[in-house]
Order: sequence, then C-alpha cells, then structure tokens
Amino acid sequence: MATQTGTQAPGGAKPPFPPFDKQTFGSQLIWLAIAFVALYVLLARVALPRVASIFAARKQKLESDLASAAKAKTASEAAIASYEKALAEARAKAQATAAAAKQQFAAEADEKKKKLDANLAVKLAEAEKQIDATRKAAMGNVRSIAVDTASAIVERLTGTAPAKPAVEKAVDAALH
Amino acid sequence: MADPIAQFQIKKIATLGHIGGVEIAFTNSAAFMLAAVAVTVGGLVLATAGRSMVPGRVQSVAEVTYEFVADMLRQATGEEGMKFFPLVFSLFSFILVLNMFGMIPGLFTVTSHMIITAVLALLVFFTVLGYGLYKHGFHFFGLFVPSGIPIVIMPLIVLIEVMSFLSRPISHSVRLFANMLAGHITLKVFAGFVGLLGSFGALGWIAAVLPLGLTVALTALELLVAFLQAYVFAILTCIYLKDALHPGH
Repeated sequence: MATQTGTQAPGGAKPPFPPFDKQTFGSQLIWLAIAFVALYVLLARVALPRVASIFAARKQKLESDLASAAKAKTASEAAIASYEKALAEARAKAQATAAAAKQQFAAEADEKKKKLDANLAVKLAEAEKQIDATRKAAMGNVRSIAVDTASAIVERLTGTAPAKPAVEKAVDAALH
Repeated sequence: MADPIAQFQIKKIATLGHIGGVEIAFTNSAAFMLAAVAVTVGGLVLATAGRSMVPGRVQSVAEVTYEFVADMLRQATGEEGMKFFPLVFSLFSFILVLNMFGMIPGLFTVTSHMIITAVLALLVFFTVLGYGLYKHGFHFFGLFVPSGIPIVIMPLIVLIEVMSFLSRPISHSVRLFANMLAGHITLKVFAGFVGLLGSFGALGWIAAVLPLGLTVALTALELLVAFLQAYVFAILTCIYLKDALHPGH
C-alpha cells in the first residue's frame, strides 16, 4: 500500500480502512484547502462574473430592443395618424374644389342662359317690330289701293271724281 | 475477487515534506481535486467564451448551472443571501465534479473520504456561525429559542435545538461521504461477482448476467446519487445560511 509509512498502523496488522486512515489526512487537508480556495477565488473572480455579464448583457439588449420596438410602434402610430389626417384633409379639399367647380359651372351656365334669353328677347322684339312694320306697310298699301279703287268706282258710277279726303275717311272707317 | 476497498486507497504520487511528523504528499486525491478545479473553472470559462446573446449548447449548460444554483440560494435565503453565491456554487460544483469523476471507472472518488466532506461541512457550519454572530450578535442565539413554546418545556426545546444545530456538520458530511462510499462499494462488489462467476465456466457465464445487469442498473442509480448528493449538500448549505441571515423563527 502506497500510503503506509508505518507510524500509525500497528505492526503487522492489516492497513486501516482508507477513508479513516489518519496518515492521509494531512495531505488531504492541505490539498483540499489549496484546491477549494483556488476554486472559490477563480469562480468568484473570473468564471461566475463572466456568466453574470452574459445575463446582464442579454437583459440590457432585451430592454433596449423592447424600448426601440415601442418607439417604432409610437412612430408608426403617429405616421398612421398623420396619414389619416392628410387623407381627411385631401378629401375635404377635394369636396370643396368639386363644390366650387359645380358652383362656378352653375353660375356660368346661368349667365349664359341669361345672355341667351336676353339675346332671344332682343331678336324677338326686332322680329315683332319688323312684322309690325311689314303689316303697317301692307295695311298702308291696302288703304291707298282701296282709296284709289273707291275713287275709281265712284267716278265710274257717278261720273264725278269724289273728294279725296272724303274717300280716305270712308276707307279708314271701313278698314277699322 | 477484487478488493472493493482498494478503490478508496490514497496513492502517493510524490512526497513533498513533513509538517510535525505528518507526511505531506501529492496524491491521487490531490490530483483529482485540482482536476475538478480545472474542469469547473475551465469549463465555465470556455463555455462562456462566445458570450452569445443566444446561447449554444455548451453555453446553455453553464447558464443553466448558474441559474440552478442561484435560484436554489435565492429561494432559501432571498436576495441578501446572494453574497454567498460563490461559496454555494463552489461547493456544488466541486462536489458534483468530484462525484462525477468517481463515476468514471478507474478514477478516484475524493468525496468518499470523510475528512474532505467533514471539512466542507465545517466550512459551512463556521460560515453560518461566524456570519450569524457578526450580523446579529447575541440575537443569533434566538435561533435556538422558537416562539410560541410554553416556558415550562423551553429548556428542553433549547437543548434539542442546540444539539440539532451542533450535529448539523456531522449529518451534512456523513450523508455525502457515506453515500459515495457505500455506492462505490456496492458497485464494485456486484462488478466483482461478474468476474467471479465468469471464472466458473459456461454455467457461471450465464449466471453472471444477473450481477452484470445489476451493475448497469446501479451505475445509473449512482449517477443519480452523484448529482443528488451534490444538490443535497448545496441545498442544505442554503438552508443553513438562511439561519445566519434570518435567525428568528
């Protein structure tokens, strides 16, 4: 047995049960102290802070990502709101323009109609005047023909030519 | 049949000197303890070398182990107990790695030696005692005086509480050491039967199937025990630390 150095084990007796062999305690204690202190220091100073820093970095990344996502969401909501506002404005503007155009066209049409009406009225009046003049002229011709014819008839019947004013008077009375 | 005790033999690799007549040597036990330190620290450092946001397989193991021990301690002691996290993690990883080394055939099981587990348990005991007295002074002894107990039986209760407090390092250390020792002896005995029966010829070969099957089953069980005892040691440490932080019942 490698551990037997002989001070503790009674001479000739079989070696003690290894876990209770006091000969080995000194070495075990010293190496346990060295190993455990080394482990504690290396874990506390190097290894565990490394793992913790990964968790911290992940948490930070997650939070910043969430914050930027929230920011993007607000921005997109603002964009939607401004888009809707612009849409409403454009719609209102389009309606206003359409209404204005309609009004303008209506006014123009109205004016055109008025002008046309006035024109027609003038033309009508002119035509009526012409008709009147023509009739008057025609009537004047009829009168002079009637006067001449009446004079001629009276001359033929009586042999004397009647006074022109009397004939004209009689014709006017007959014509009206 | 192979001696089931031989596996616990401390083998001297080199004698370093003597302190007060006690030989100080570099032994197989020392080598495995240093290896456990190297595996634990090296493993954690290598696993976290990538520092990935999304952990790979190895980094996940490191992270899960960290969180496992941190949650264990946090649940027992609350946030103020986290100052003991390096201690609890050191104990858990040291014992776990040493136990797992022991599961590899041919390797030495450091935790099967009572002196090791006793020192670790005493380290916890004196940490609890020292921190409790430092933090709470005389109030720390309120730990032994449960509230709502009739004054008549109080002396008896206090005596029991003190005894149970003092016996903690014994149960704490013996549980780990005895489990490892007994498990490895059992494994070795059953494995020894396989060789013994095999030497009896064809019939023995057939009979050897039974201890072989048992050895396989026991290996699985011992793997569980190796983890479980490290976990139990760590969780008991957490529970004892809770007394140092909050001695009131």
